[in-house]
Amino acid sequence: METYYVRTGNEFWKRTAKFWMNIFAVNFAIGVATGIILEFQFGTNWSNYSWFVGDIFGAPLAIEGILAFFLESTFFAIMFFGWNKVSKNAHLISTWLVAIGTNLSALWILVANAWMQYPVGMQFNPDTARNEMVDFWAVALSPVATNKFIHTTTNGYVLAAVFVIGVSAWYLLKKREEEFARKSIKIAAVFGLISLIVLIWSGDGSATHVAKKQPMKLAAMEGLYKSHPGTSIIAIGILNPGKKIEDLNTNPLKFENEKPYLFHISIPQGLSLLVNRKKDTFVPGIEDILKGGYIYTDKNGNEKTAPPIEERMEKGKLAIEGLSNYRKAASAGDEEGKATAYAQLMDNFDHFGYGYIKQPTDVVPNVPLTFYAFHIMVILGGYFFLFFIITIYMEKKSLIAKHKWYMWLAIASIPLVYICSQAGWVVAEVGRQPWTIQDLLPVGAAVSGVNPGSVRTTLVMFFVLFTILLIAELGILFKVIKKGPGA
Amino acid sequence: MLFILQQYWWLIVSLLGSLLVFLMFVQGGQTLLFGTATKEEEKTLLVNALGHKWELTFTTLVTFGGAMFASFPLFYSTSFGGAYWLWMSILFLFVIQAVSYEYRSKAGNLLGHKTYETFLFLNGTFGTILLGVAVGTFFSGGSFVMDKSSIADTIRPTISYWTNGWHGLEAITVPFNLMMGIVVYLAARTLGLMYVMMQIDSDSLKGKCNSQIKVTGPAFVLGFVALLLVLFTMTGYHVNSENGLISPVKYKYFFNMTELIWPFIMLLTGVVLVLAGIGNTLFGKGKGSFYITGAGVVFAVWSLLICAAFNNTAYYVSTVDPQYSLTLLNSSSSEFTLKTMAYASLMIPFVFGYIIYVWRAMTRVKMSNEDLSKPDAHKY
Repeated sequence: METYYVRTGNEFWKRTAKFWMNIFAVNFAIGVATGIILEFQFGTNWSNYSWFVGDIFGAPLAIEGILAFFLESTFFAIMFFGWNKVSKNAHLISTWLVAIGTNLSALWILVANAWMQYPVGMQFNPDTARNEMVDFWAVALSPVATNKFIHTTTNGYVLAAVFVIGVSAWYLLKKREEEFARKSIKIAAVFGLISLIVLIWSGDGSATHVAKKQPMKLAAMEGLYKSHPGTSIIAIGILNPGKKIEDLNTNPLKFENEKPYLFHISIPQGLSLLVNRKKDTFVPGIEDILKGGYIYTDKNGNEKTAPPIEERMEKGKLAIEGLSNYRKAASAGDEEGKATAYAQLMDNFDHFGYGYIKQPTDVVPNVPLTFYAFHIMVILGGYFFLFFIITIYMEKKSLIAKHKWYMWLAIASIPLVYICSQAGWVVAEVGRQPWTIQDLLPVGAAVSGVNPGSVRTTLVMFFVLFTILLIAELGILFKVIKKGPGA
Repeated sequence: MLFILQQYWWLIVSLLGSLLVFLMFVQGGQTLLFGTATKEEEKTLLVNALGHKWELTFTTLVTFGGAMFASFPLFYSTSFGGAYWLWMSILFLFVIQAVSYEYRSKAGNLLGHKTYETFLFLNGTFGTILLGVAVGTFFSGGSFVMDKSSIADTIRPTISYWTNGWHGLEAITVPFNLMMGIVVYLAARTLGLMYVMMQIDSDSLKGKCNSQIKVTGPAFVLGFVALLLVLFTMTGYHVNSENGLISPVKYKYFFNMTELIWPFIMLLTGVVLVLAGIGNTLFGKGKGSFYITGAGVVFAVWSLLICAAFNNTAYYVSTVDPQYSLTLLNSSSSEFTLKTMAYASLMIPFVFGYIIYVWRAMTRVKMSNEDLSKPDAHKY
């Protein structure tokens, strides 16, 4: 919008850009507050993790600091305070640099997150007892990282577009700022639709990656326990709360007799098509993964038979024992012992994290949470596709101001887009439990040596603080919106 | 090569740390919200003048942490995971700062402007002291045990533990750390006063800052000299580069300065610049004092942080058993990672370049009430 202003000199666009910038500033403050928590938390709450992966994770974080954070925070000052202090063009460049900086920040933190879901480009070093980076580009350009970056940033764009449309619709409802509202809706709807198409495309890529790299997450997303060739995909469904994974250990007969869904509508062979692009292929369910025996393709492209989780646990224990023996042999100066232990460690390293797992069902994430979050995300994604198309059509035909139902729908879409976005994160992060690093480090082995009471106290402290700040943020936002761009 | 990269990255991290102390003039300025800036008009000017810079300080803090994590992850893991409550307190104080500038004067902010001003004051006072205390532990150490082999213990795999329930809060009771905290606070306040005098067009505020700096400036100098005396008579821990054994050495930090010489020259340069900057404010016209003192602070802090780890010194000593202590050698990232990051660090001069450009563009004119009343002003 500021670009329009600089190109046309029309003050309307300056006013419009400044209004949305004010909204951005209020959100940005909370964003900064949450960002620093993330950084501290790596060390305070996940100290083992910090060491185990710091060699890989630290590099993107440091690059993010040097390249993105300073760009963002330095030019932020000009963007907000520099209207009278620099030329129009210098101001516009600053605004664009803030936008580029925020997106670059997202890139590096998502590279780090993607590495946790799909660890590549590293080698375990038993001398330092950690993973060490051997290929930076494999980490930075991993397909999971690329996809995650596209998916997350376009998610942000869609969220912003729906927010702009919703707020603008409120003005139309109140018969205020009509030119501002209509032009904002026009730009946001087109921007939102294009972003959503890319978002859906990257979502499809994400599902394919999850199927290959985190099959348990996909099974939980679908509430799929026992699968068969030509696996169906659930369009809508209600899980049977009586089917609990814990029963598999304590009461397997009950577990077996409980149906997975109380109700569901599924698309036959849909999941096979989605994942493998072939309708008769097999996509493993939770029990299949626990028992193993199905054919899968490993990261080198070789077809293999999946081992049962119990076998992976045994191999994981061998890997950990190998590490322990290696370090003991190194202390004693026993070169032969070191070599034997190293071979034992590396032969079993792909299963390292399973050595910490107590029972096979521990590798199953929270199925209801993952399942519902995934389906809410997909259903809302579909809804927003229709929403943008309707918005573009109605805007073109000048129908928006005549239909109150649309305005209410647009306003109601604001909380929905936040739910959609958060549901996506629940799928990504709850669905990968118990792993902080997929297959290598479960949460139980990643934590700091701090007692649970301290962590609980901190959690309550920040929960209270952020609840207050959320109320404050919403209060400010409502006032800024109420005042409007003319204020 | 690994040795050189470890030294290089400690230099960079130390530089970021010293720049952070300089940029904490923002925090120092925030301490003036109560007692000095008494009128609403003065508070608004103060908050807005500092508000143009707070993000730069915040970003430097985040980058300092990020660079430390990237280059010396074992410190991050051991200190943050062990001295939990010290770091959490610092975190809390910076979280409340992050929202306060933007929310302070906005309608609908729930808590009222006084609460956000209190947040800024708390951040300015205790944020600086606690960060100073945390930096003090680079010399005084912490109560931790660390064994990388523990990762192979499936029952208790955490590699480092704090040996007392205070989890870092006890660092405040260590006189050296507290002294460091107070000196950092005084440095921030001195620089904050100078910044206000340089940047705000208000005679009443300038007059009050002028009176304040007559106390704060000399207190900072005296505090810093006392800190140096304690530091140079302290026992530090030497690392045997051949077998990694760590042993106590009396006057270690003094010897580090005299054996390496160049950090000592940096320290002297820093002290001279600080004295010149403060002297210029107290006895001269005060022009450029903020930048001269700031440069002095950067040189002095940088030299001290270098002294904490260079010359085979353990920079994070375990008070339980020195053999657990962290050194540049045993706590750094791998050669490959440090080298990759070194390539990224080539961008640092470019980053400095645009920061200086923006800084100059934004500080060319003093801030006045008229500025804040302009239609395009984004007022905090």
